Amino acid sequence: MASQPASTAQGFVEVETVLDENHTYESVTEKISSLPLTPTLPKPVLVVLLFAMLLLLGMGPSLIFLLVEGTGVWGINQPVAWGFAIINFVWWIGIGHAGTLISAILLLLRQEWRTSINRFAETMTIFAVVCAGMFPLLHLGRPWLAHWFFPYPNVMQMWPQYRSPLSWDVAAISTYATVSILFWFTGLIPDLATLRDRAKNKVVKTLYGAASMGWRGSARHWQRYEVAYLLLAGLSTPLVVSVHSIIGLDFAVSVIPGWQVTIFPPYFVAGAIFSGFAMVLTLSIPLRALFGWKDMITLNHLNNISKVMLATCLMVLYGYGMEVFFAWYSGSVYEGYMKFNRMYGPYWWSYWGLILCNGVIPQLLWFKKVRTSPIILFFLSIVINIGMWLERFVIVITSLHRDFLPSSWGMYTPTIFDWGLYLGTIGLFLTLMIVALKILPMISQFEVRELLHKKKHSNHH
Amino acid sequence: MSSSPTNPIFGTVAEFADGETLLAAAHDVRKAGYTATDAFSPIPVHGLTDALGIRRSRLASLVFIGGLTGCLGALAFQYVVSVDFYPHVVSGRPLFSWQSFVPVTFELTILLSAFAAVFGMLIRNRLPEPYHPVFNTPNFDRATTDSFFLCVQATDPKYDAAAIKTLLEQAGAVAVTEVAKHADDPE
Repeated sequence: MASQPASTAQGFVEVETVLDENHTYESVTEKISSLPLTPTLPKPVLVVLLFAMLLLLGMGPSLIFLLVEGTGVWGINQPVAWGFAIINFVWWIGIGHAGTLISAILLLLRQEWRTSINRFAETMTIFAVVCAGMFPLLHLGRPWLAHWFFPYPNVMQMWPQYRSPLSWDVAAISTYATVSILFWFTGLIPDLATLRDRAKNKVVKTLYGAASMGWRGSARHWQRYEVAYLLLAGLSTPLVVSVHSIIGLDFAVSVIPGWQVTIFPPYFVAGAIFSGFAMVLTLSIPLRALFGWKDMITLNHLNNISKVMLATCLMVLYGYGMEVFFAWYSGSVYEGYMKFNRMYGPYWWSYWGLILCNGVIPQLLWFKKVRTSPIILFFLSIVINIGMWLERFVIVITSLHRDFLPSSWGMYTPTIFDWGLYLGTIGLFLTLMIVALKILPMISQFEVRELLHKKKHSNHH
Repeated sequence: MSSSPTNPIFGTVAEFADGETLLAAAHDVRKAGYTATDAFSPIPVHGLTDALGIRRSRLASLVFIGGLTGCLGALAFQYVVSVDFYPHVVSGRPLFSWQSFVPVTFELTILLSAFAAVFGMLIRNRLPEPYHPVFNTPNFDRATTDSFFLCVQATDPKYDAAAIKTLLEQAGAVAVTEVAKHADDPE
């Protein structure tokens, strides 16, 4: 396999193979399963783990103080009652969406380059949803009463109010978390069986054996398995679109200037995919370098991911443009002032930072040199993640802090507890990712074998 | 392996080097009239279910029923909650303002379909099943990496170990073994 992309007459699609064809079933399986089955981790990963656990440690005091004192320890108040909790919630859930997109939509579209990145993208989804889910729960103020959201016969004779986006969120997020876990676990079953059969240590073998539920690759099992997997992909596709649309609706059904816009649901979905693919790059670039996975996560993958990012970048840019247009075309003074305030008000830096990170810098992706250069892409992906966080900051804070009545205007400043919790979730996310990396096959083994079979077979004809 | 009263024979299992040979062998085995058969492979082998005469999975219908249950159930539930259990007017909308009930209905449709797909698959496959006689086959731990296996069970009315062995060897098997039901012969 050439490490430099060769230009071919077919253009971009075949710059490079998505899988080195010199591999055999044994060599790909060995390469992927050696990481969970050997007791060591490379030093750089341990350094990241240490850093992640320090962040996680910092979350402890922020969390305890919050639970003891209440949400007053955060920077939220009237008029900005949403603050970091909602910004971080939307940011994390958006990151998670790339995993579902890669595993489900690209499967349905028969994009074979998805095969070596879908597993860790799905894993990323689950842990991102874990981080996302914490925020609305803690934002309740009394998270121990969160079960009140669920409909159950209770002595208060109260039932949830299904005209409220809050109830929609509960249904959307819990369904999304559940279906993502089911999809992920279903994909893992044959791979866990592989680990069971390759493990030397008796305890490890038993654990993988229990997790794989005795999978033996029977033809009858594979048949139902393939049907179930394809249907799950078909179900996850509208699900992922619906989840972020519902989050868009959380804003759009309100009457706040800057929120009540019909473009929100699709524009939120595009932004979610944008940030999610950026996170896939942030994670996959170090992984392929550290574990020698460059022949499975090739430059072609990076190139394709970059193209998806470029496309979604243009969609969110269109969204930003439309917001300006709506503000002007509606003729509403409140909408007009909201937009002016975003650009030139006290939070001007967040708006222009967002335009810079999400709009201007990603234009580099037009160049193939950038799309196939892992180091530039790594930094670009971090810039985009910052940009997408700023986007949610702009939407939540600048809309709320100055609404209709100047007498009710106010400013929002996050406290150390806001930051502690936010950075803590980043620590939690990285810690969980590294633990998963250590104990589970982070590239789908059976799908890579299948792809290898397909590639070798198509070459014979 | 010789059979004993305490550890009867499960069947004859042949190992193949690749999926194509396995597929051809499966055709041969079915042509010879064996019905109690199964194959084991590290990747799904296209055409294997037809070759072995395995009935098409009806999982898709089950998933449809799951989805329909979720859809109608969620809509009915939201109706009952909003109109009957706890009626109150929100922003002047009618009690049964179905448009507002679409998101939850949609999510529950997906949720119950996914449950039907995953748990339906597991239950119909009788998983979890930690022990299965086929695990006694020599080299079977390669069945999840790069080896392909075909099995004719002793319950087959035409079961004849010698004839099956010849047939499978002719079909290109790397190894053919008679496998016992239990891991260790108690003798």
